[in-house]
Amino acid sequence: MIKRIFILLALLGLVLMFLPFLKDFDFHEELSDLSSQYVEGSIKDLNTQNVVTSVIVTYRGLDTLGEVTVLFLATAGVGFLLRKKKASLKPRRSSELLQTASQFLFVLIILTGIYIFTHGHLTPGGGFQGGVLITTAFLLLILADVNLKFNHSILHFVESFSGAFYVMIGLFGLLLIGMNSFLDPAILPLGKFGNLLSAGAIPIIYSLVGLKVGSELTTILDKMGGE
Amino acid sequence: MISIIIIVLGIIMIVAAFLAIHLKNLLSAIISAGVISLLASVIYLLLAAPDVAMTEAAIGSGLTTIIFIFTLKKIKRGDLDD
Repeated sequence: MIKRIFILLALLGLVLMFLPFLKDFDFHEELSDLSSQYVEGSIKDLNTQNVVTSVIVTYRGLDTLGEVTVLFLATAGVGFLLRKKKASLKPRRSSELLQTASQFLFVLIILTGIYIFTHGHLTPGGGFQGGVLITTAFLLLILADVNLKFNHSILHFVESFSGAFYVMIGLFGLLLIGMNSFLDPAILPLGKFGNLLSAGAIPIIYSLVGLKVGSELTTILDKMGGE
Repeated sequence: MISIIIIVLGIIMIVAAFLAIHLKNLLSAIISAGVISLLASVIYLLLAAPDVAMTEAAIGSGLTTIIFIFTLKKIKRGDLDD
């Protein structure tokens, strides 16, 4: 009984905390100064069609580097805590349907993931979404064949290579352009607006992020689901 | 029109959240927690935020549900061993 009263009190406290936001909420008819800077800058300075990508990769590039680092630490934690044990029960074989379909769908899903992260600066999506899609393809393989073993040296190589290269691209900005330009994509030519090879280093950075996220999450899935 | 769809989706989300807490079968609870993310991604799409919708659909309703199911499987196996 007392537990329920405390839960209700906590909920009431939350409502009181969020009430001012609801009271002062109004729809903005025009963009604020910062957002209009972002929208104009992403088209003029960076040649990016997708404004969200230019914010994530360039204007808030350091935060994205931090996010990738957090994901790496999570993977390291999962790998440390969930050491593989010998399977005690004999795993059930998956159905014929799943095995055949997974071989057919695997390539298609991987291709969609690669499309999403290489076109991050043109269409919605980007490194994180593409990386998770690639992980889903590997998940299908795990579901179809329970005894599947991944080649861990390749996974670790892709993961560390993309992470190191990401930081190196950031350092190239400092080297080639000058101070205050860590992770500046203008180290490469900006190209024509709307082309695949445009927007400087943004497609390269997002591809590296996609590879890193994909390999890290595949490692987590392998650790969690492997028998 | 869009606001009516969003309100209906929001009501379904609240019902799914209630079910996720109160269902006795853990697998059903995990799936109804995944339904919340799926409907949230539809709402993001209606609110013209396709980037967030993709992330929510892929991570929230796909990967998280699968990782929960894997964990549930591991916990149940631990019970059998003891």
